[in-house]
Amino acid sequence: MVTKEQIYGWLNTVTDPEVPVLTIIDLGIIRDVKVKDENSVEVTITPTYSGCPAMDVIAMNIRMTLLSKGIKNINIENQLSPAWTTDWMSEEGKKKLNNYGIAPPYRKATSSLGLFEDDNVPCPRCGSDNTELTSQFAATACKSLYRCNSCKEPFEHFKCH
Amino acid sequence: MDQRSLLQYTLQLADNALILGHIISEWCGHGPILEQDIALTNTALDHLGQARSLYQYAADQFNTLPAAEKSSFFTSSAIRKIISEGKQIDEDDLAYLRDGWDYRNILLVEQPNKDWAYTIIRSFFYDTFNFFFYTELQKCSDTSLAAIAEKSLKEVTYHLRWSSEWVIRLGDGTEESAQRIKAAIADRWQFTGELFIASEADKVVGIDLAAIKSLWKERVAAVFSEANLDVPADGWMHQGGKEGKHTEHLGYILAELQFVQRAYPNMQW
Repeated sequence: MVTKEQIYGWLNTVTDPEVPVLTIIDLGIIRDVKVKDENSVEVTITPTYSGCPAMDVIAMNIRMTLLSKGIKNINIENQLSPAWTTDWMSEEGKKKLNNYGIAPPYRKATSSLGLFEDDNVPCPRCGSDNTELTSQFAATACKSLYRCNSCKEPFEHFKCH
Repeated sequence: MDQRSLLQYTLQLADNALILGHIISEWCGHGPILEQDIALTNTALDHLGQARSLYQYAADQFNTLPAAEKSSFFTSSAIRKIISEGKQIDEDDLAYLRDGWDYRNILLVEQPNKDWAYTIIRSFFYDTFNFFFYTELQKCSDTSLAAIAEKSLKEVTYHLRWSSEWVIRLGDGTEESAQRIKAAIADRWQFTGELFIASEADKVVGIDLAAIKSLWKERVAAVFSEANLDVPADGWMHQGGKEGKHTEHLGYILAELQFVQRAYPNMQW
């Protein structure tokens, strides 16, 4: 019979469609895996952002991956609580993000309402601290946009959430 | 908590999220600069995501109601039709097949975009409320609503920062920006009262709206002060949205939102 470890191994091949260097294990969105019998598996996931459109694609890819491994009955459950946080992202995942050119989350999420405050995010290309926030919102819900005043390149930052 | 009240309550919250998300998304491609166009569309996406979670929960609740309750819950003919066929409903049925009088959103979120200042002030009033409201809703005895609140609060925190910062930029900006935000405040202030007027469902769930009102007023005053803006005097307030009595604007919003689904039922692509 298939084991939980095997399933986690297969799930580690499912990548984030927007940031394909990250697997869903790196992201920390797999909450639980239950093997019901040799044909049936239940995977519990927690969405990153409420409206994240990648979650539907990820659910579909989980289903297709497990089907391709011979699992016939796949149930994907959504668990909202405890809420997903970037604290659950693996260190491995953060390194991959940095190499890919996206500044990874570097601190715990905060509920600070400090107005006009910027995070001090180092440039993923040249490492400089001399960077500036362009916008809290970028191409996807999870990222913000910065520019580096040293190497002059723009870069995205995966927000500490 | 009785089933009927809990469902009404869930729909109140879901409808607010959907209508505001939809109306904000009208800015897509029309933002004053690219970064703000993206900021608003990201925000709209958050609202729509929250709406989905809430509608999914509402659909699950509806499907477990006794038959007599189901047949009398809505008056819109499109949704009544599928209910009478004995089908289970889902999030899409709730969003696309109800007419205005079955919608329970507050009137503030259906008011038109008009210009940047009107859009900012609508979000600022609503985001400030949502921040304190979701903070309380996390403690709700209903675990699904509490979980949705916990999730949404993180995103609402970003929304509130963004809209607060913009109130300050506009109020403490140029002569034109100050004039525009003052006009927007004067027009939209009368829609803020409804946030704190409890519907029957609000009373059953029991979140203390009066306490939230104090926190809301304090924060609005603080941001307005930073922005060189005056807080209007309390006066007459619009209400009725939570009871399904809407302004004409909702009709146009729903027509746009629902047209394709109504014209080609169950069409997929």
